[in-house]
Amino acid sequence: MMIKNRLNLAVWFWAAISALVLCSPAWGAGIVASTSFGEDNEIIVEFRTPVEVAIAGEAQRYRVFEETDPDILLPVTEVEVADDGTRATLRFADPLNTTSAHVVNAQGIGGLESTTFTVSKSYLGYLLTVLISALLIKNFVFTKYLGLCVFFGTSKRKETAKGMGVVFTIVVVVAVSMSWVLYQYVLKPFHLDYLQIVVFIGLTSLTVQAVDTVLRKVNPVLFKSFGVFLVLVIANCVVIAVPLLMASNEYNYFETLMLSLGAGGGFLLALYLMSSVRERVELARVPEPFKGLPIAFIVAGQFAMAFLGFSGLQLF
Amino acid sequence: MATDKNSLQLVTNGILQENPIFKLALSMCPAVGISTTVVNGLMLGIAVLFVQVFSSVTISLIKDFIHPRIRIPTYTLTIATWVTVIDLTLAAYFPAAYAQMGIFVKIIVAFAIITMRLEMFACKESVPASFWDGLGMGLGFLVGMVVIGFVRELLGSGAIFGYDVLGFKPLLFFILPSAGFFVVGLMMGFFNWIEASYAKRGKK
Repeated sequence: MMIKNRLNLAVWFWAAISALVLCSPAWGAGIVASTSFGEDNEIIVEFRTPVEVAIAGEAQRYRVFEETDPDILLPVTEVEVADDGTRATLRFADPLNTTSAHVVNAQGIGGLESTTFTVSKSYLGYLLTVLISALLIKNFVFTKYLGLCVFFGTSKRKETAKGMGVVFTIVVVVAVSMSWVLYQYVLKPFHLDYLQIVVFIGLTSLTVQAVDTVLRKVNPVLFKSFGVFLVLVIANCVVIAVPLLMASNEYNYFETLMLSLGAGGGFLLALYLMSSVRERVELARVPEPFKGLPIAFIVAGQFAMAFLGFSGLQLF
Repeated sequence: MATDKNSLQLVTNGILQENPIFKLALSMCPAVGISTTVVNGLMLGIAVLFVQVFSSVTISLIKDFIHPRIRIPTYTLTIATWVTVIDLTLAAYFPAAYAQMGIFVKIIVAFAIITMRLEMFACKESVPASFWDGLGMGLGFLVGMVVIGFVRELLGSGAIFGYDVLGFKPLLFFILPSAGFFVVGLMMGFFNWIEASYAKRGKK
Protein backbone atom coordinates (compact mmCIF):
# COMPACT_ATOMS: atom_id res chain seq x y z
CA MET A 1 0.00 0.00 0.00
CA MET A 2 2.66 2.43 1.05
CA ILE A 3 4.95 1.48 -1.81
CA LYS A 4 2.12 1.95 -4.29
CA ASN A 5 1.40 5.38 -2.82
CA ARG A 6 4.98 6.43 -3.16
CA LEU A 7 5.04 5.18 -6.74
CA ASN A 8 1.99 7.28 -7.50
CA LEU A 9 3.61 10.27 -5.91
CA ALA A 10 6.77 9.77 -7.95
CA VAL A 11 4.87 9.46 -11.25
CA TRP A 12 2.83 12.55 -10.48
CA PHE A 13 5.92 14.45 -9.50
CA TRP A 14 7.78 13.62 -12.71
CA ALA A 15 4.76 14.59 -14.80
CA ALA A 16 4.73 17.98 -13.09
CA ILE A 17 8.46 18.49 -13.59
CA SER A 18 8.36 17.57 -17.28
CA ALA A 19 5.42 19.92 -17.81
CA LEU A 20 7.50 22.70 -16.29
CA VAL A 21 10.46 21.90 -18.51
CA LEU A 22 8.31 21.84 -21.65
CA CYS A 23 6.71 25.16 -20.81
CA SER A 24 9.89 27.09 -20.07
CA PRO A 25 11.06 27.90 -23.69
CA ALA A 26 7.83 29.80 -24.27
CA TRP A 27 9.17 32.65 -22.11
CA GLY A 28 11.45 34.46 -24.47
CA ALA A 29 8.88 35.90 -26.82
CA GLY A 30 9.82 38.84 -29.07
CA ILE A 31 13.25 39.14 -30.60
CA VAL A 32 15.03 37.31 -27.80
CA ALA A 33 15.26 33.57 -28.38
CA SER A 34 16.99 32.50 -25.20
CA THR A 35 18.98 33.89 -22.30
CA SER A 36 21.43 32.33 -19.91
CA PHE A 37 24.18 33.12 -17.42
CA GLY A 38 27.69 32.65 -18.80
CA GLU A 39 30.74 33.19 -16.62
CA ASP A 40 30.36 34.74 -13.15
CA ASN A 41 29.76 38.21 -14.56
CA GLU A 42 28.16 37.43 -17.93
CA ILE A 43 24.67 37.27 -19.35
CA ILE A 44 24.36 35.66 -22.78
CA VAL A 45 21.43 36.69 -24.99
CA GLU A 46 20.53 34.91 -28.24
CA PHE A 47 18.35 36.78 -30.74
CA ARG A 48 15.78 35.25 -33.05
CA THR A 49 16.60 37.58 -35.88
CA PRO A 50 20.03 39.17 -36.42
CA VAL A 51 20.38 42.61 -34.84
CA GLU A 52 22.60 45.49 -35.91
CA VAL A 53 25.98 44.80 -34.36
CA ALA A 54 27.02 48.40 -33.78
CA ILE A 55 23.79 49.35 -31.99
CA ALA A 56 23.56 46.19 -29.92
CA GLY A 57 27.17 46.67 -28.86
CA GLU A 58 26.50 49.94 -26.98
CA ALA A 59 26.58 49.22 -23.27
CA GLN A 60 24.44 52.21 -22.25
CA ARG A 61 21.44 50.78 -24.09
CA TYR A 62 21.03 48.09 -21.44
CA ARG A 63 19.54 48.47 -17.97
CA VAL A 64 19.93 45.37 -15.81
CA PHE A 65 18.65 44.75 -12.28
CA GLU A 66 17.75 41.85 -10.03
CA GLU A 67 14.04 41.11 -10.03
CA THR A 68 13.86 41.51 -6.26
CA ASP A 69 15.75 44.86 -6.21
CA PRO A 70 14.49 46.98 -9.13
CA ASP A 71 16.12 50.11 -7.66
CA ILE A 72 19.70 48.84 -7.83
CA LEU A 73 20.93 48.96 -11.42
CA LEU A 74 23.84 46.70 -12.26
CA PRO A 75 26.22 48.61 -14.56
CA VAL A 76 27.06 46.89 -17.85
CA THR A 77 30.74 47.42 -18.59
CA GLU A 78 30.99 45.85 -22.03
CA VAL A 79 28.79 44.20 -24.66
CA GLU A 80 30.27 41.76 -27.12
CA VAL A 81 28.08 40.95 -30.14
CA ALA A 82 28.82 38.04 -32.46
CA ASP A 83 29.52 39.07 -36.06
CA ASP A 84 26.26 37.63 -37.40
CA GLY A 85 24.29 39.60 -34.82
CA THR A 86 22.44 36.69 -33.24
CA ARG A 87 24.24 36.58 -29.96
CA ALA A 88 25.27 39.21 -27.43
CA THR A 89 27.32 38.79 -24.27
CA LEU A 90 26.77 41.39 -21.54
CA ARG A 91 29.66 41.77 -19.10
CA PHE A 92 29.37 43.32 -15.64
CA ALA A 93 31.89 44.80 -13.25
CA ASP A 94 31.00 42.42 -10.40
CA PRO A 95 29.97 38.76 -10.39
CA LEU A 96 26.20 38.31 -10.58
CA ASN A 97 24.05 36.62 -7.99
CA THR A 98 22.94 33.86 -10.32
CA THR A 99 20.41 32.39 -7.89
CA SER A 100 17.99 35.27 -8.43
CA ALA A 101 16.30 36.26 -11.67
CA HIS A 102 17.70 39.30 -13.50
CA VAL A 103 15.62 41.65 -15.61
CA VAL A 104 17.23 43.18 -18.71
CA ASN A 105 15.75 46.19 -20.45
CA ALA A 106 17.26 46.96 -23.86
CA GLN A 107 16.60 50.20 -25.77
CA GLY A 108 16.53 50.28 -29.54
CA ILE A 109 17.79 46.78 -30.20
CA GLY A 110 16.60 45.09 -33.39
CA GLY A 111 14.48 48.10 -34.38
CA LEU A 112 12.28 47.90 -31.26
CA GLU A 113 12.10 50.95 -29.03
CA SER A 114 12.41 48.90 -25.86
CA THR A 115 12.30 45.23 -24.99
CA THR A 116 12.40 43.67 -21.57
CA PHE A 117 13.28 40.09 -20.75
CA THR A 118 14.31 38.11 -17.71
CA VAL A 119 17.34 35.91 -17.23
CA SER A 120 17.19 33.08 -14.75
CA LYS A 121 18.60 29.65 -14.23
CA SER A 122 16.55 26.70 -15.38
CA TYR A 123 13.86 25.99 -12.81
CA LEU A 124 14.67 22.29 -12.69
CA GLY A 125 18.24 23.12 -11.81
CA TYR A 126 17.04 25.47 -9.10
CA LEU A 127 14.79 22.77 -7.62
CA LEU A 128 17.69 20.33 -7.62
CA THR A 129 19.80 22.95 -5.89
CA VAL A 130 17.20 23.23 -3.13
CA LEU A 131 17.24 19.44 -2.77
CA ILE A 132 21.03 19.08 -2.71
CA SER A 133 21.33 22.02 -0.38
CA ALA A 134 18.96 20.49 2.18
CA LEU A 135 20.54 17.06 1.71
CA LEU A 136 24.26 17.90 1.93
CA ILE A 137 25.27 21.54 2.10
CA LYS A 138 22.85 22.47 4.87
CA ASN A 139 22.36 18.97 6.25
CA PHE A 140 20.02 19.40 9.20
CA VAL A 141 21.99 17.15 11.53
CA PHE A 142 25.61 17.98 10.75
CA THR A 143 25.46 21.64 9.81
CA LYS A 144 22.33 22.92 11.56
CA TYR A 145 22.61 20.74 14.68
CA LEU A 146 18.93 19.81 14.77
CA GLY A 147 17.24 16.52 15.61
CA LEU A 148 20.14 15.37 17.74
CA CYS A 149 18.20 13.53 20.49
CA VAL A 150 16.64 11.17 17.99
CA PHE A 151 19.83 11.08 15.95
CA PHE A 152 21.91 9.75 18.85
CA GLY A 153 19.10 7.56 20.10
CA THR A 154 18.51 5.60 16.90
CA SER A 155 21.96 5.46 15.31
CA LYS A 156 23.26 2.47 17.27
CA ARG A 157 22.26 -0.16 14.66
CA LYS A 158 21.98 0.12 10.89
CA GLU A 159 18.55 -1.51 10.94
CA THR A 160 17.03 1.03 13.33
CA ALA A 161 18.80 3.84 11.50
CA LYS A 162 17.22 2.85 8.20
CA GLY A 163 13.75 2.41 9.75
CA MET A 164 13.87 5.76 11.50
CA GLY A 165 15.15 7.55 8.43
CA VAL A 166 12.46 6.16 6.13
CA VAL A 167 9.59 6.79 8.54
CA PHE A 168 10.88 10.27 9.22
CA THR A 169 11.11 11.12 5.52
CA ILE A 170 7.53 10.00 4.86
CA VAL A 171 6.11 11.92 7.82
CA VAL A 172 8.07 15.06 7.04
CA VAL A 173 7.02 15.11 3.37
CA VAL A 174 3.33 14.64 4.20
CA ALA A 175 3.30 17.04 7.15
CA VAL A 176 5.20 19.80 5.38
CA SER A 177 2.99 19.54 2.29
CA MET A 178 -0.06 20.07 4.50
CA SER A 179 1.69 22.88 6.34
CA TRP A 180 2.38 24.59 3.01
CA VAL A 181 -1.29 24.50 2.01
CA LEU A 182 -2.40 25.81 5.38
CA TYR A 183 0.29 28.47 5.48
CA GLN A 184 -0.36 29.79 1.96
CA TYR A 185 -4.15 29.69 2.01
CA VAL A 186 -5.09 30.25 5.65
CA LEU A 187 -2.31 31.70 7.79
CA LYS A 188 -0.99 34.24 5.28
CA PRO A 189 -4.27 35.62 3.92
CA PHE A 190 -5.70 36.07 7.42
CA HIS A 191 -2.46 37.43 8.96
CA LEU A 192 -2.22 34.62 11.47
CA ASP A 193 1.55 34.30 11.18
CA TYR A 194 1.97 34.18 14.94
CA LEU A 195 0.14 30.83 14.98
CA GLN A 196 2.86 29.19 12.87
CA ILE A 197 4.36 27.12 15.67
CA VAL A 198 1.03 25.84 16.97
CA VAL A 199 -0.29 24.98 13.51
CA PHE A 200 2.88 23.34 12.22
CA ILE A 201 3.49 21.16 15.25
CA GLY A 202 -0.21 20.31 15.40
CA LEU A 203 -0.18 19.15 11.78
CA THR A 204 2.88 17.04 12.45
CA SER A 205 1.31 15.26 15.40
CA LEU A 206 -1.80 14.77 13.31
CA THR A 207 0.23 13.19 10.52
CA VAL A 208 2.03 10.93 12.95
CA GLN A 209 -1.27 9.85 14.48
CA ALA A 210 -2.81 9.27 11.04
CA VAL A 211 0.13 7.24 9.71
CA ASP A 212 0.07 5.24 12.93
CA THR A 213 -3.64 4.42 12.64
CA VAL A 214 -3.58 3.68 8.91
CA LEU A 215 -0.45 1.56 9.04
CA ARG A 216 -1.74 -0.44 12.02
CA LYS A 217 -4.84 -1.48 10.06
CA VAL A 218 -3.42 -1.75 6.55
CA ASN A 219 -0.10 -3.41 7.07
CA PRO A 220 0.44 -4.82 10.58
CA VAL A 221 3.76 -6.41 9.58
CA LEU A 222 5.21 -3.11 8.49
CA PHE A 223 3.73 -1.45 11.55
CA LYS A 224 5.52 -3.91 13.80
CA SER A 225 8.90 -2.95 12.42
CA PHE A 226 8.32 0.78 11.89
CA GLY A 227 5.67 1.66 14.49
CA VAL A 228 8.13 2.41 17.29
CA PHE A 229 9.81 5.14 15.27
CA LEU A 230 6.58 7.03 14.69
CA VAL A 231 6.47 8.28 18.28
CA LEU A 232 10.05 9.50 18.00
CA VAL A 233 9.34 11.62 14.92
CA ILE A 234 7.44 14.16 16.99
CA ALA A 235 10.41 14.60 19.34
CA ASN A 236 12.66 15.51 16.41
CA CYS A 237 13.31 19.22 16.03
CA VAL A 238 13.68 18.89 12.25
CA VAL A 239 9.93 18.35 11.81
CA ILE A 240 9.27 21.87 13.07
CA ALA A 241 12.36 23.44 11.50
CA VAL A 242 11.39 22.43 7.94
CA PRO A 243 7.96 24.14 7.86
CA LEU A 244 9.40 27.21 9.59
CA LEU A 245 12.11 27.44 6.92
CA MET A 246 9.48 26.92 4.24
CA ALA A 247 7.44 29.81 5.64
CA SER A 248 10.35 32.21 6.09
CA ASN A 249 11.70 31.54 2.58
CA GLU A 250 8.24 31.79 0.97
CA TYR A 251 8.84 28.61 -1.00
CA ASN A 252 6.31 27.48 -3.58
CA TYR A 253 5.00 23.93 -3.52
CA PHE A 254 7.76 22.28 -5.57
CA GLU A 255 10.48 23.98 -3.60
CA THR A 256 8.76 22.91 -0.38
CA LEU A 257 8.60 19.32 -1.62
CA MET A 258 12.30 19.41 -2.48
CA LEU A 259 13.18 20.93 0.89
CA SER A 260 11.26 18.28 2.81
CA LEU A 261 12.66 15.44 0.68
CA GLY A 262 16.14 16.83 1.22
CA ALA A 263 15.60 17.17 4.96
CA GLY A 264 14.30 13.60 5.25
CA GLY A 265 16.95 12.17 2.95
CA GLY A 266 19.65 14.12 4.75
CA PHE A 267 18.50 12.74 8.10
CA LEU A 268 18.47 9.20 6.67
CA LEU A 269 21.97 9.73 5.26
CA ALA A 270 23.28 11.11 8.54
CA LEU A 271 21.74 8.22 10.52
CA TYR A 272 23.12 5.62 8.16
CA LEU A 273 26.65 7.06 8.14
CA MET A 274 26.61 7.41 11.93
CA SER A 275 25.28 3.90 12.57
CA SER A 276 27.95 2.40 10.30
CA VAL A 277 30.64 4.06 12.38
CA ARG A 278 29.04 3.32 15.74
CA GLU A 279 28.77 -0.40 14.97
CA ARG A 280 32.55 -0.40 14.56
CA VAL A 281 33.27 1.88 17.51
CA GLU A 282 31.64 -0.70 19.75
CA LEU A 283 34.43 -3.13 18.87
CA ALA A 284 37.16 -0.56 19.41
CA ARG A 285 38.92 0.04 22.71
CA VAL A 286 37.44 3.33 23.84
CA PRO A 287 38.56 4.82 27.20
CA GLU A 288 36.06 3.88 29.89
CA PRO A 289 34.55 7.35 30.58
CA PHE A 290 34.03 7.96 26.85
CA LYS A 291 32.08 4.77 26.15
CA GLY A 292 28.62 5.24 24.69
CA LEU A 293 27.39 8.76 24.14
CA PRO A 294 30.59 10.85 24.56
CA ILE A 295 32.45 9.03 21.79
CA ALA A 296 29.35 9.24 19.60
CA PHE A 297 29.41 13.01 19.98
CA ILE A 298 33.06 13.16 18.99
CA VAL A 299 32.38 11.01 15.91
CA ALA A 300 29.50 13.30 15.02
CA GLY A 301 31.84 16.27 15.36
CA GLN A 302 34.16 14.71 12.80
CA PHE A 303 31.24 14.15 10.45
CA ALA A 304 30.22 17.77 10.93
CA MET A 305 33.71 18.89 9.94
CA ALA A 306 33.61 16.62 6.90
CA PHE A 307 30.26 18.07 5.87
CA LEU A 308 31.76 21.56 6.00
CA GLY A 309 33.52 20.47 2.82
CA PHE A 310 30.20 20.65 0.99
CA SER A 311 29.78 24.36 1.68
CA GLY A 312 29.97 26.39 -1.48
CA LEU A 313 29.06 23.42 -3.62
CA GLN A 314 27.17 24.68 -6.65
CA LEU A 315 25.93 22.29 -9.29
CA PHE A 316 23.68 24.45 -11.44
CA MET B 1 -0.06 9.33 43.30
CA ALA B 2 1.90 11.99 45.05
CA THR B 3 5.60 12.44 45.15
CA ASP B 4 7.35 11.98 48.48
CA LYS B 5 10.04 14.55 47.71
CA ASN B 6 9.87 18.08 49.05
CA SER B 7 10.20 21.13 46.84
CA LEU B 8 13.95 21.55 47.38
CA GLN B 9 14.63 17.93 46.45
CA LEU B 10 12.52 18.34 43.31
CA VAL B 11 14.54 21.34 42.22
CA THR B 12 17.95 19.80 42.91
CA ASN B 13 16.88 16.58 41.21
CA GLY B 14 16.55 18.48 37.95
CA ILE B 15 19.87 20.26 38.38
CA LEU B 16 22.03 17.35 39.56
CA GLN B 17 20.70 13.78 39.50
CA GLU B 18 18.65 14.13 36.32
CA ASN B 19 20.36 17.03 34.56
CA PRO B 20 18.67 17.16 31.13
CA ILE B 21 21.86 17.83 29.19
CA PHE B 22 24.61 15.87 30.91
CA LYS B 23 22.65 13.02 32.51
CA LEU B 24 19.56 12.41 30.38
CA ALA B 25 21.26 13.60 27.16
CA LEU B 26 18.02 15.13 25.93
CA SER B 27 17.54 18.36 24.02
CA MET B 28 21.10 18.44 22.83
CA CYS B 29 20.49 20.51 19.71
CA PRO B 30 20.89 23.99 21.25
CA ALA B 31 23.72 22.74 23.47
CA VAL B 32 25.68 21.96 20.31
CA GLY B 33 24.27 24.62 18.03
CA ILE B 34 24.31 27.99 19.76
CA SER B 35 26.10 27.66 23.10
CA THR B 36 29.10 29.59 21.79
CA THR B 37 28.80 32.27 24.47
CA VAL B 38 27.46 32.42 28.03
CA VAL B 39 24.83 34.99 27.07
CA ASN B 40 23.38 32.79 24.31
CA GLY B 41 23.22 29.84 26.69
CA LEU B 42 21.60 31.97 29.38
CA MET B 43 18.93 33.39 27.07
CA LEU B 44 17.88 30.05 25.66
CA GLY B 45 18.05 28.54 29.14
CA ILE B 46 15.62 31.18 30.42
CA ALA B 47 13.28 30.54 27.49
CA VAL B 48 13.27 26.79 28.19
CA LEU B 49 12.81 27.41 31.92
CA PHE B 50 9.78 29.57 31.20
CA VAL B 51 8.19 27.07 28.81
CA GLN B 52 8.90 24.11 31.10
CA VAL B 53 7.44 25.74 34.23
CA PHE B 54 4.31 27.08 32.56
CA SER B 55 3.61 23.90 30.57
CA SER B 56 4.06 21.76 33.69
CA VAL B 57 1.66 23.93 35.68
CA THR B 58 -0.90 24.07 32.86
CA ILE B 59 -0.93 20.31 32.34
CA SER B 60 -1.05 19.70 36.07
CA LEU B 61 -4.06 22.03 36.33
CA ILE B 62 -6.06 20.37 33.55
CA LYS B 63 -4.84 16.79 34.00
CA ASP B 64 -8.27 15.52 35.10
CA PHE B 65 -9.90 16.68 31.85
CA ILE B 66 -7.41 15.15 29.40
CA HIS B 67 -8.46 11.90 27.80
CA PRO B 68 -5.46 9.51 27.99
CA ARG B 69 -5.58 8.75 24.27
CA ILE B 70 -5.08 12.33 23.19
CA ARG B 71 -2.65 13.30 25.91
CA ILE B 72 0.43 13.59 23.65
CA PRO B 73 -1.23 16.03 21.19
CA THR B 74 -2.51 18.00 24.18
CA TYR B 75 1.01 18.29 25.58
CA THR B 76 2.32 19.37 22.20
CA LEU B 77 -0.28 22.08 21.76
CA THR B 78 0.23 23.35 25.33
CA ILE B 79 3.98 23.59 24.78
CA ALA B 80 3.44 25.24 21.38
CA THR B 81 1.28 27.91 22.99
CA TRP B 82 3.87 28.80 25.62
CA VAL B 83 6.67 28.70 23.03
CA THR B 84 4.72 31.18 20.92
CA VAL B 85 4.41 33.44 23.97
CA ILE B 86 8.14 33.42 24.74
CA ASP B 87 9.03 33.65 21.05
CA LEU B 88 6.99 36.81 20.52
CA THR B 89 8.19 38.29 23.83
CA LEU B 90 11.86 37.77 23.04
CA ALA B 91 11.40 39.08 19.50
CA ALA B 92 9.79 42.24 20.89
CA TYR B 93 12.08 43.04 23.83
CA PHE B 94 15.43 41.44 23.01
CA PRO B 95 15.70 41.67 19.21
CA ALA B 96 19.51 41.43 19.13
CA ALA B 97 19.75 38.26 21.19
CA TYR B 98 16.71 36.83 19.41
CA ALA B 99 18.37 37.31 16.03
CA GLN B 100 21.41 35.37 17.24
CA MET B 101 19.36 32.44 18.50
CA GLY B 102 17.51 32.27 15.23
CA ILE B 103 15.27 29.30 14.82
CA PHE B 104 16.24 27.67 18.12
CA VAL B 105 13.62 29.46 20.24
CA LYS B 106 10.82 28.14 18.04
CA ILE B 107 12.34 24.70 18.14
CA ILE B 108 11.84 24.46 21.91
CA VAL B 109 8.43 23.10 20.93
CA ALA B 110 10.01 19.80 19.86
CA PHE B 111 12.32 19.44 22.87
CA ALA B 112 12.02 15.94 24.22
CA ILE B 113 12.79 17.04 27.77
CA ILE B 114 9.63 19.13 28.16
CA THR B 115 7.26 16.50 26.77
CA MET B 116 8.99 13.87 28.89
CA ARG B 117 8.49 15.81 32.13
CA LEU B 118 4.84 16.39 31.29
CA GLU B 119 4.32 12.71 30.59
CA MET B 120 6.29 11.41 33.57
CA PHE B 121 5.54 14.02 36.20
CA ALA B 122 3.04 16.80 35.58
CA CYS B 123 0.16 14.59 34.47
CA LYS B 124 0.24 12.69 37.77
CA GLU B 125 1.30 15.20 40.39
CA SER B 126 -0.18 18.22 42.14
CA VAL B 127 0.26 21.75 40.81
CA PRO B 128 2.94 22.91 43.32
CA ALA B 129 4.99 19.73 42.86
CA SER B 130 4.83 20.16 39.08
CA PHE B 131 5.91 23.75 39.46
CA TRP B 132 8.99 22.79 41.47
CA ASP B 133 9.81 19.91 39.12
CA GLY B 134 9.50 22.18 36.09
CA LEU B 135 11.67 24.78 37.81
CA GLY B 136 14.31 22.14 38.59
CA MET B 137 14.38 20.76 35.05
CA GLY B 138 14.45 24.23 33.52
CA LEU B 139 17.27 25.29 35.84
CA GLY B 140 19.15 22.08 35.08
CA PHE B 141 18.94 22.88 31.38
CA LEU B 142 19.94 26.49 32.02
CA VAL B 143 22.95 25.43 34.11
CA GLY B 144 24.02 22.95 31.44
CA MET B 145 23.78 25.58 28.69
CA VAL B 146 25.67 28.16 30.75
CA VAL B 147 28.43 25.69 31.64
CA ILE B 148 28.93 24.71 27.99
CA GLY B 149 28.74 28.35 26.93
CA PHE B 150 31.29 29.27 29.62
CA VAL B 151 33.77 26.61 28.50
CA ARG B 152 33.38 27.46 24.83
CA GLU B 153 33.60 31.21 25.30
CA LEU B 154 36.54 31.03 27.71
CA LEU B 155 38.62 28.58 25.71
CA GLY B 156 37.42 29.67 22.28
CA SER B 157 37.65 33.45 22.45
CA GLY B 158 39.33 33.98 25.82
CA ALA B 159 36.39 36.02 27.08
CA ILE B 160 33.48 35.82 29.51
CA PHE B 161 30.25 37.72 28.82
CA GLY B 162 32.05 39.36 25.94
CA TYR B 163 34.83 40.81 28.19
CA ASP B 164 38.33 39.71 27.33
CA VAL B 165 39.73 38.00 30.43
CA LEU B 166 42.54 35.78 29.18
CA GLY B 167 44.06 38.11 26.62
CA PHE B 168 44.68 35.24 24.22
CA LYS B 169 42.61 32.51 22.55
CA PRO B 170 43.66 29.07 23.79
CA LEU B 171 41.44 26.98 21.50
CA LEU B 172 39.93 29.14 18.79
CA PHE B 173 38.46 25.96 17.38
CA PHE B 174 35.90 25.81 20.22
CA ILE B 175 33.76 28.67 18.96
CA LEU B 176 33.37 27.16 15.50
CA PRO B 177 29.89 25.68 15.14
CA SER B 178 31.02 22.13 14.40
CA ALA B 179 33.14 22.07 17.56
CA GLY B 180 29.92 21.94 19.60
CA PHE B 181 29.89 18.16 19.21
CA PHE B 182 33.48 17.88 20.46
CA VAL B 183 32.90 20.17 23.45
CA VAL B 184 29.77 18.32 24.58
CA GLY B 185 31.38 14.91 24.01
CA LEU B 186 34.55 15.86 25.90
CA MET B 187 32.57 17.38 28.79
CA MET B 188 30.36 14.31 29.08
CA GLY B 189 33.43 12.10 29.15
CA PHE B 190 35.03 14.39 31.74
CA PHE B 191 31.98 14.24 34.02
CA ASN B 192 31.82 10.45 33.65
CA TRP B 193 35.48 10.27 34.63
CA ILE B 194 34.97 12.42 37.73
CA GLU B 195 31.95 10.36 38.72
CA ALA B 196 33.81 7.09 38.21
CA SER B 197 36.85 8.15 40.22
CA TYR B 198 34.54 9.51 42.94
CA ALA B 199 32.71 6.18 43.10
CA LYS B 200 36.01 4.27 43.23
CA ARG B 201 37.23 6.36 46.15
CA GLY B 202 33.93 5.78 47.92
CA LYS B 203 34.38 2.02 47.66
CA LYS B 204 37.91 1.96 49.12
